[in-house]
Amino acid sequence: MPGLEHYLVLSALLFGIGLTGAIIKRNAIAVLMCIEIMLAGVNIAMVAFSRFITPVQLTGQLFTIFIIIVAAAEVAVGLSIILALYRHRQTVDTEKIDLLKW
Amino acid sequence: MGMQIAFWILSVLVVVAATGVIWQNNLFRAALCLILCFVAAAGVFVTLSADFLAVTQLIINVGAVAILLIMSIMLTRNITNGSPANNLGLPALAATGILAAAIIIASFATDWLISPSSPIEPTTSTLADLLFNSEGFVFLIQLAAILVLTTVIGAIVLLKGEE
Repeated sequence: MPGLEHYLVLSALLFGIGLTGAIIKRNAIAVLMCIEIMLAGVNIAMVAFSRFITPVQLTGQLFTIFIIIVAAAEVAVGLSIILALYRHRQTVDTEKIDLLKW
Repeated sequence: MGMQIAFWILSVLVVVAATGVIWQNNLFRAALCLILCFVAAAGVFVTLSADFLAVTQLIINVGAVAILLIMSIMLTRNITNGSPANNLGLPALAATGILAAAIIIASFATDWLISPSSPIEPTTSTLADLLFNSEGFVFLIQLAAILVLTTVIGAIVLLKGEE
């Protein structure tokens, strides 16, 4: 039976991979996908805490359900913003979307 | 023992698929890697005896979010460019490596209060009790419904276009 630390290491690795991608990717949709990976890592940590520390209360799993709901909402709004941007500027490159850059 | 083998296979699959998402230059293949990552994460939930969450993950993330991502990749695809990296590669890798190492060291250094009791199986009725009891999280589930409704209206308004 793998212990809590195994799951936390897995979650930290996923979070790190997702964060790296979110920083270095230039395509806005790829950035959104990397944010999804980060959220998956956080979910694994949350469920692991729920399983090993409070196995009869399940509040960690409940938080994960809310994280999944908010992540789905975030992807829907994010993708519609990206599509609206693409319609106006014909690009999804984050280095060319710099109107608000100081 | 079987649990251990399943955990190792699934976790290697999750990490390899997640690396594939940032490694692949072709965005469509990156999206397929993301789907693989989500499916393997659902498997990790099963090894944690979170059955309801595994199915939720499959339905929402694999079924809805990934399809949405693939649709918008197809709508905005730029075949010549793909998905290049910017010139922050090494600093980003160093910073996130330090962050992940810090999390890992902290998780090994902390003395967790592991509970000896075995987990609830199946989890569905307990989760439903928590979600819909008046002492539970019923207010938050109502807020989540409002959030999703707002999201749908916002997405329609953003994409409606000119009259």
